[in-house]
Amino acid sequence: MAKLLPFRPRIAVGMGTCGTGNGSEGVYHAFADAIDKRGLDIHLARVGCFGFCAQEPLVNVWLPGRPLVILHRVQSQHVDEILDDVMMGNIPTALALCKIEEWDHITAQVKYGTGYANIPSWRDIPFFKGQKKIVLRNCGLINPDDVEEYIAVGGYQSLYNVLIDNRPDVVIEQIKAAKLRGRGGAGFSTGQKWDFLRKAVAEKKFIICNADEGDPGAYMNRNEIESDPHSLLEGMLIAGFLTGATMGIIYVRAEYPLAVHRLERAIEQAKEYGLLGEDILGRGFNFNIELVEGAGAFVCGEETALINSLEGFAGRPRPRPPFPAQKGLWGFPTNINNVETWYNVAPIIARGPAWFTETGSAKSPGTKVFSLVGKVHNTGLVEMPLGTPLKTFVYDIGEGGVGGRAIKSVQTGGPSGGCIPHEMFDTPVDYESLAQLGSIMGSGGMVVMDEDNCMVDVARYFIEFTNSESCGKCVPCRVGLDKSLRILNRITSGAGRMQHMETLEELSRYIRDSSLCGLGQSAPNPVVSTLKSFAEEYRAHIEDHKCPAGVCGVQPVGETA
Amino acid sequence: MRPATTNVKTLKIDGRDLSGRQEETILEVARQNGIFIPRLCEMEGLTDVGACRMCLVEIKGQNRLLPACVTAVEEGMEVTTDSERLQNYRRMILELLFTERNHVCSVCVSNGHCEMQMLAQRLGITHVHFPYRYPKEEVDASHDRFVIDHNRCILCTRCVRVCDEIEGAHTWDITGRGIDAQVITDLNEPWGSSETCTGCGKCVHVCPTGALFEKGRSVAEMLKRRQFLPYLTMMREENE
Ligand SMILES: Cc1cc2nc3c(=O)[nH]c(=O)nc-3n(C[C@H](O)[C@H](O)[C@H](O)COP(=O)(O)O)c2cc1C
Ligand code: SF4
Ligand code: SF4
Ligand code: FES
Repeated sequence: MAKLLPFRPRIAVGMGTCGTGNGSEGVYHAFADAIDKRGLDIHLARVGCFGFCAQEPLVNVWLPGRPLVILHRVQSQHVDEILDDVMMGNIPTALALCKIEEWDHITAQVKYGTGYANIPSWRDIPFFKGQKKIVLRNCGLINPDDVEEYIAVGGYQSLYNVLIDNRPDVVIEQIKAAKLRGRGGAGFSTGQKWDFLRKAVAEKKFIICNADEGDPGAYMNRNEIESDPHSLLEGMLIAGFLTGATMGIIYVRAEYPLAVHRLERAIEQAKEYGLLGEDILGRGFNFNIELVEGAGAFVCGEETALINSLEGFAGRPRPRPPFPAQKGLWGFPTNINNVETWYNVAPIIARGPAWFTETGSAKSPGTKVFSLVGKVHNTGLVEMPLGTPLKTFVYDIGEGGVGGRAIKSVQTGGPSGGCIPHEMFDTPVDYESLAQLGSIMGSGGMVVMDEDNCMVDVARYFIEFTNSESCGKCVPCRVGLDKSLRILNRITSGAGRMQHMETLEELSRYIRDSSLCGLGQSAPNPVVSTLKSFAEEYRAHIEDHKCPAGVCGVQPVGETA
Repeated sequence: MRPATTNVKTLKIDGRDLSGRQEETILEVARQNGIFIPRLCEMEGLTDVGACRMCLVEIKGQNRLLPACVTAVEEGMEVTTDSERLQNYRRMILELLFTERNHVCSVCVSNGHCEMQMLAQRLGITHVHFPYRYPKEEVDASHDRFVIDHNRCILCTRCVRVCDEIEGAHTWDITGRGIDAQVITDLNEPWGSSETCTGCGKCVHVCPTGALFEKGRSVAEMLKRRQFLPYLTMMREENE
């Protein structure tokens, strides 16, 4: 705790990839230089990201006994001024976004202090209102490079309890009772998957963290790892113990150098502290975690392709069954979970399944981190209870369209998600409801679109992506998506015909039903959902040679083929 | 009735009561019982990859269609190998394959002996309602005895598997992804200069189309001989 709440002021700069992209590296060095030059007694730290990307760089300032204050849009030129204030025992109010008086790290509570009546509490900021930080409980508040800060907020306590208690069956039942579902997209019961692995009899068993995050625009997993790598290690360690796995592997996207770096540090520190390796916490439990950098293709995030890639083959999916739990890495039983799934483990153990199911909907308890982007006022990473209506994201958290413009649709789930029209914004965001509307939860992407977005072009754009990422193994996806793209290109260029809409539907149904892996099976969603809800826009391109949003360069071309 | 041991699974295929050994696929059991399920990538004696999706079948109680070539039989399973939906989808696969590259049967060495052509006839494909792509594909005739014409390759990977699994040479592989995927010899060098190719010709004989053929064959002359396959795998299994 002495590091989080020292007896002197603490300044922490948000330095995830998003923060550094907005200049926080410079801000940090400006602070370091100035503190050094002026010989100030201030504890300077790096932290991860607090999620409000539109307001980066964020800087936390804490004076002993007072609330933690989050400053926004801090630039290097503000540094001297901030230090002047801090040394006088003041807070630079002009830069203050909000304050935090106490924080629930789930595994521990931190009381920062009280005061600053004129600064709004973080809960009163529309962007944060309604958010519930379970997965992101530590993000932006603790130093990801310092295991002691993680331990100070109750980190590794769940692991310790599980090891001491030594009743793996009971704990797996708790994970089942919490109804934790995989956050990688498909929403399968995590407890059940672990149970399969536990029951599998084999000489070796593996658990894998899927940190391939290939969806364009998705960066929740990156942020989670960069801000709080130890939570991931703890989740995997617990599962390793419960399932009898012999090794853990984190398959992380190669384009995430900072995440890789922080994980390497975290693994090193965990080993130093006896939390990883041989005889963990003196309980005779041996477990190692290895880091493997991904091969860079979107489809490598699919679990069987990921396993192929780990084995040194091309990242192409294999037919399932056999499922990884039966025959996974090197033929051994294997359990794969998404990054975010692992982050829910320690909290469930710390607070129990009944606490976990209080949040979210009956079938999908807990929260999910979404990346809210596009034509809304506030953008960033938001962690919301599952089952929250879509309109809450758009109008409350996002505070509506940019410049008050009307919102037309939200596309959820990444490149293979569907577009949900405005009329359906009452829909609760959970696995089943989204699937019913022809969309998916996916990794939690949310792209907000207004009248300036052409829905035909949106469908075309996503098919262009999935088509270019198809591995080419199976015919429906390889050739079917190519055909869909060609037809969409014709429509957006003005050479479409009305019968193309029917052909697109037929092709989509076929690709969905007969593709080998999830990429092909879900790739048609953007086309099917826009054909359903925005048929009028297709018709306008085809019959009137007009793009209502003015996006496509529609030219009335003579009919060819 | 046979006693139900754990190794024998009884199931229904198209209403017929059949049985198969555990780990046998639906396709294998159907074949043993004279039930036709179309296939393009599957080949007896080679690992199954489930890539062409030609062999999709319906299974009672399951919404998803499953590929018969990689789906193991299960006790009590009820399989339908033919329905309007399946026929539609199978025709669609063939149409897509015909438009993907350049399949001009009338000038093809395999005309009359091509598995794809035979399936198209059997499924009654008369016209293709998707636009053709007409890509420019290479023909590699650098090998002494064989030719690969990429225009007629359907990426079934039989050549890759037979070369790796039976001949043990691993000359063939796949490069690129999506619609740009291609079979290659060695590190994408001309076949003629391949150092791993033993010239055994197995790839030529497993190729379902006219993509791989022997030099000197003209239109409709390329007959493929596959008798060696089950024999070789049997030998291999015995040696193991
Ligand atoms: C094309 C494709 C890409 C995928 N990419 C990812 C990914 O980047 N990260 C991920 O966790 N899961 C991804 N998945 C889902 C995984 O296959 C798998 O379901 C998931 O990792 C299981 O973890 P969970 O049970 O914790 O959700 C992808 C699936 C498909 C079909
Ligand atoms: S669906 Fe697409 S990505 Fe998946 S195996 Fe088939 S071709 Fe590859
Ligand atoms: S060359 Fe023939 S055997 Fe090889 S992938 Fe192409 S079609 Fe299949
Ligand atoms: S024969 Fe089964 S997928 Fe090709």
